[in-house]
Amino acid sequence: MSQDELIWRIAGGSGDGIASTSQNFAKALMRSGLHVFTHRHYPSRIRGGHTYVEVRAGADPVKSRGDGYNFLLALGDSFARNPQEEAYYGNEEAKPLAENLDELREGGVIVYDSGLLDPSEVPNFDERVDENDWHVYDVDLRSLAREQGREVMRNTAGVGVTCAITGIPLDAIEELMRDTMPEKILEPNVEIMETAYDLVREEYDVDAPDVSVPTGEHDEEQVLMSGSDAIAYGAIDEGCRFIAGYPMTPWTEVFTIMSQNLPELGGISEQVEDEIAAAALAIGASHMGVKAMSGSSGGGFALMGEPLGLAEMTETPLVLIEAMRAGPSTGMPTKPEQADLEHVLYTSQGDSQRVVLAPGTVAEAYDASRRAFQLAYEYQIPTMILYDQKLSGELTNVPASHFDREPNPDIGRTLTEDELAEQPHTDDGKFHRFQHEGEGGVSPRSVPGQKGGRYLATGNEHSPVGHISEDPDNRVAQMDRRQRKLDAIRADLDGDGLLVEHGPEEAEYGVLTFGSQQGTVEEAVDRLNGNGHSVKALTVAELAPYPVEAVTDFLDSVDEALVVEMNASAQFRGLTQKELGTHGEMLSSLLKYNGNPFEPAEIVEGFTTSIVEEGDLPGHETKFVPAAGD
Amino acid sequence: MSAFTAIGEEREIDRDEYTPEVEPQPTWCPGCGDFGVLKALKGALPEVGRSPEESLLVTGIGCSGKLNSYLDSYGFHTIHGRALPVARAAKLANPGVEVVAAGGDGDGYGIGGNHFMHTARENHDMTYIVFNNEIFGLTKGQTSPTSPKGHKSKTQPHGSAKTPIRPLSLSLTSGASFVARTAAVNPNQAQRVLKEAMEHDGFAHIDFLTQCPTWNKDAKQYVPYTDINDSDDYDFDPTDRAEAQRLMRETEDKLYEGEVLTGVYYRDDDRPSYGEEKRRIGEMPEEPLAQRYFDDDYEWERSHDRFIDKHK
Repeated sequence: MSQDELIWRIAGGSGDGIASTSQNFAKALMRSGLHVFTHRHYPSRIRGGHTYVEVRAGADPVKSRGDGYNFLLALGDSFARNPQEEAYYGNEEAKPLAENLDELREGGVIVYDSGLLDPSEVPNFDERVDENDWHVYDVDLRSLAREQGREVMRNTAGVGVTCAITGIPLDAIEELMRDTMPEKILEPNVEIMETAYDLVREEYDVDAPDVSVPTGEHDEEQVLMSGSDAIAYGAIDEGCRFIAGYPMTPWTEVFTIMSQNLPELGGISEQVEDEIAAAALAIGASHMGVKAMSGSSGGGFALMGEPLGLAEMTETPLVLIEAMRAGPSTGMPTKPEQADLEHVLYTSQGDSQRVVLAPGTVAEAYDASRRAFQLAYEYQIPTMILYDQKLSGELTNVPASHFDREPNPDIGRTLTEDELAEQPHTDDGKFHRFQHEGEGGVSPRSVPGQKGGRYLATGNEHSPVGHISEDPDNRVAQMDRRQRKLDAIRADLDGDGLLVEHGPEEAEYGVLTFGSQQGTVEEAVDRLNGNGHSVKALTVAELAPYPVEAVTDFLDSVDEALVVEMNASAQFRGLTQKELGTHGEMLSSLLKYNGNPFEPAEIVEGFTTSIVEEGDLPGHETKFVPAAGD
Repeated sequence: MSAFTAIGEEREIDRDEYTPEVEPQPTWCPGCGDFGVLKALKGALPEVGRSPEESLLVTGIGCSGKLNSYLDSYGFHTIHGRALPVARAAKLANPGVEVVAAGGDGDGYGIGGNHFMHTARENHDMTYIVFNNEIFGLTKGQTSPTSPKGHKSKTQPHGSAKTPIRPLSLSLTSGASFVARTAAVNPNQAQRVLKEAMEHDGFAHIDFLTQCPTWNKDAKQYVPYTDINDSDDYDFDPTDRAEAQRLMRETEDKLYEGEVLTGVYYRDDDRPSYGEEKRRIGEMPEEPLAQRYFDDDYEWERSHDRFIDKHK
């Protein structure tokens, strides 16, 4: 087993406290000086169903889930409805031990709750243990927890066992529990953890496996954060004080963070009847001069198509976020995918324009969120943040200083009453809100309640004062001005954008990706270069307006490129080909759409097999699609 | 200092301030009931002391949506069925602005029915006028949610098999705290009802009968009408919910029998508006949120100061 990293998987059922336990564990490791990254997998159910979180920790920066795992804490699913092999969902009770067991690395550790799990229900368990040199610890966590407090605290017992085997000091975990747990349950939890720790140290051979947690040190103070936290904090720092929404996984996470905090910040959160209303409310608030947002996931976002067009046509600043999950339709609600790209780029009728940003990392999610508000309000245009279930919930450490920024409540080119008095008006006092000319395509706006600012906002094509107009000259002038905004935004982003190149400057091959695959692609690229290949990566976080020049330069500098994305129809490759109009013959695709994000090894293998060796991929989890005409 | 000096200005408002001096003039058909709404609104807004620049008229799509073009206030002509969610957020963002929403019966009771129900439930402090002409006008005469059962149109060639929506009953059940019906043919009552609606602190819904002489020729001109608040035949207390419910049902039935009943059916002046409810539980600022973005002295909080420690 590798000494340089720990990939700890805690597996149980929904309701077994997997998320909170793993979060504390990850934070304790972060505080000890390590870099951490979590990967969560859960079903769309409240109770029961196989759930796990992997915490990957190393001394060097960790950007991705790992390849498999090397430590399994199998709690068993205590909420399994029908623990039988022939049941529709299989034997759910045993799944935390049985499922994906082959991904446990050679020499790895298995700790299982013998109070709930029977390894004889796992096919050929003993043979596989011998073959893979796994170290098995059967500990009756359930009884331990029951004796000391409550059965549900067996996850804490499992953490105690983990510490006993890996040598993680209990103090680190205890300190966190004191920070996060209410008094009432704190003491029994600490007791349980210590008892489990002592028991295993005394009665089991903890030195057998070659496993220890690496040690590390941070240059500066770190925080453990998810993409959802980062998006919400970015919005708050941009002065967003209004959110409207309707619950849907995984967008609910941002909606929840905002709703819990906006009242104390003097803001307003509205949970409304549907997503059409949610987007329309955000438009209504923004129309009045307030910084506002809404959002949803695929199906809910589909309902926002028409309000989105209204915002564009009335030039109302609007930020919408779209947290992708596996589709089509209800799809797989709790599984990540990047298949809503085209949906977000093209929904809404007519030549409606928008900005779409897709952050790749937790730190970038904060930056993209701030950027989205800046562009939306400066250019009076709908701006979308496209992310996914993976980035939404994965936790990683980021330097605390990254968030130490000044707020920016600026609402863009909005006039004061004094400035309005200087503006052109009709004879009866209507303000020319939609002038044909305007810097960067933007005509300054007024907001209701201001003296001298009265105008009509309408989804119809309109004259400079907002009256419905089908005059051809006016139509062309207004359409051209609205379209011009995208050129100005492109120029803005070219100066200071969100594209990230990784790897050697000169390379034979390129990997192109967007959004949340960034970290995994970068790790794969490092490994490929370590294996003697010559590869660099470009992660594109600006999807509309598309960075044609930067992507063209990147592709011109390599012989061939692999486009990595989490969907079945190569949407990002298609977008790139459409925008560039060239380079189609050098772009092949590596796709994954089985509900699990790429592991770095899959990209390494996909690249090596398909691009370098031009062979076929052995596995069925990823799919290679050759370049057009190939 | 307020960034919105139009709000709360003490001066006489002239109804002509609401009339555009130049084109466009109304494009409604001669004899259309929509003129009656425009007239009543121009009369009622000055009566409640609201100027064009402290008023926001939010409309949907249809002949009714053109109201914005002929009433010179701040306007937001939205999309079909979505006037209410836009309007209620506008009110939350800047409660000082007088918010009036308007749309047709298809817009409000059909495509926007869900928003109607929820806006009434939440009791936002605003006025909602539904132009009810029992037909889709702008798309040329299709059966609408308030068309009578058996109504024949190009899209219902055998006559509608559906019983019509009961707008007043639906409004009351959903939670509106002021429910009225008036008619374009009764301009004095219309203006009075509109004034009361705007003065009401909560969601005031007016089902406004607007005859369509072009596409609904069979239908009545909504005359003669009876004002239930004035008529000796109706001894009626609009604060009595049970009575209101009974009379609404009778009114809805009688319309299709050719008898037009109008008036204020229900009002609950004790129920707090949504804004008040939100402020009471600390979910809405006392000062208008919109004002903050114009206040150079406001100290904006940083996420770093507020949240970073819990992530350490």
